[in-house]
Amino acid sequence: MLKLYSYWRSSCSYRVRIGLNLKGLEYEYKAVDLLKGEQFSPEFLKINPIGYVPALVDGDFVVSDSFAILMYLEEKYPQHPLLPSDLKRKAINYQAANLVSSSIQPFQNLTGVKYIEEKVGADEGDVWTKTHIEKGFVALEKLLKDYAGEYATGDEVFLADLFLAPQLYAAINVINLDMTQFPLLLRLHEAYSKLPAFQNAVPEKQPDAPSS
Amino acid sequence: MDLVLSLKKSCLNYYIKLKLYSYWRSSCSHRVRIGLNLKDFLKINPIGYVPALVDGDFVVSDSFAILMYLEEKYPQPPLLPSDLKRKAINYQAANIVSSSIQPLQNLAVVKYIEEKAGADERDIWAKTHIGKGFAALEKLLKDYAGKYATGDEVFLADLYLAPQLYAAVNRFNLDMTQFPLLLRLHEAYSKLPAFQNAAPEKQPDAPSS
Repeated sequence: MLKLYSYWRSSCSYRVRIGLNLKGLEYEYKAVDLLKGEQFSPEFLKINPIGYVPALVDGDFVVSDSFAILMYLEEKYPQHPLLPSDLKRKAINYQAANLVSSSIQPFQNLTGVKYIEEKVGADEGDVWTKTHIEKGFVALEKLLKDYAGEYATGDEVFLADLFLAPQLYAAINVINLDMTQFPLLLRLHEAYSKLPAFQNAVPEKQPDAPSS
Repeated sequence: MDLVLSLKKSCLNYYIKLKLYSYWRSSCSHRVRIGLNLKDFLKINPIGYVPALVDGDFVVSDSFAILMYLEEKYPQPPLLPSDLKRKAINYQAANIVSSSIQPLQNLAVVKYIEEKAGADERDIWAKTHIGKGFAALEKLLKDYAGKYATGDEVFLADLYLAPQLYAAVNRFNLDMTQFPLLLRLHEAYSKLPAFQNAAPEKQPDAPSS
C-alpha cells in the first residue's frame, strides 16, 4: 500500500491528499509533526534523507515534493487525469500550480515567517505573508479569468485546483484574508467545499489534527 | 526586453517565430533560455511575470509551464527521461530550486530584507536558504547523478540547477566546499554551449560593464 508522510496542516501535504482521493488510491497516513521537528528525526531521515514533507513511499521508491509526487501518481495511476489534454489549458494548470508553489506558499511557511518576525519585527510576519498572498491572488484572478468554469481551468477538476484549494484554505481560515477583490477565487473555494475528494483532505480531518 | 528570434525546426525546415520576454539576470528566464537553446532554436504578459513566452497568440509565463509547453510542442531533445523514477527525481530537483530556493533569493525579496534588516542580514538570508536547498539537492542526486544531475544526459533538473548555481557562486559567493556534486555540475554546465549562450552576461539587456 502507498504510504504518505504528511502533516495535517501542511499545504503541500493537503495537495497530495486531494490527488490521492481523486484517483481513488488508498494510502497509509504517517504523521510527521513539523512543529516538533519530526522531519529531522533519524527515523524519518532514514526514509527520506532530504527531510521534506510530504513524502510518498511506493514500494522501495520514495518521492517528495508535492508536485513531483502528483506527477508520479499521474503517470503510474492515470485514472482521473490531473491534467487536461489541451496544451494551452495544460500550460495554464502548470502556471497556476507554480504561482502557488513558488510565489505564494514559500512566503507563508513557518520558517520564513518566524525569521522575518525575529529579524524585522513581530508584526512584519503578517504583513509579509499577506503581501505575498495578495500579489499571487491578483495574478491568479487574471490568469484564470478566461479559462475558469465550474473549477479553475474549466468544468473539470485539474492540477490547478489541487494547488488552489489548500492555498485558499490557508488564506481564508488561517490568515483571514479579505477576499473581496478575489471573486473568482472565492467562488472556487466554495466549489471545493462541495467535493468529497477535497473535503476529506482538509487539515482538520486528518489523523494528526488536534482534537479541539 | 523583447527578443524576436528565428528558429528552424530541423525535420520540417520551416521558421517559427517565438518571442521570449526575459530579464538578463533572472534565474527563471535563464532556465528557459537553456531549454530553447537545447531544442535547437532560440526562439507579455497580463500577469506581469518574467519570463513570458509568446507563441503566436498564446502567452505562457512561469518557467516550468513554459518548459513543459515547449517539451510537448517541440519534443526534441526531451527534457525529461522516460524512466518514471528518474523523471520524479527531475521534478523534485526542479521544485527544490523553484519553491525552496529561488523565491527566497529573488530581487524583490532580497531588497526587502536589505531594507528592513540590513545588507549583512540579506546575505545571511540568501546563503541560508541556498545552503539548505543545496544540502537537500546533494542528498537527492547522490544516487542518480552521472555526467549531469540525473545521469549522463541533460534533463530538466540541469536547467534548474545551472542558473541557481550561477547565482550562488557568482552573485552570493557561496562557499561550495560542502557541495562537491553541485560544484562538479556547475563546471560541467560551463562546457555546454546551450547553457553558456543562455548565461546572463550574454543577453542583450546585460549591462556592458
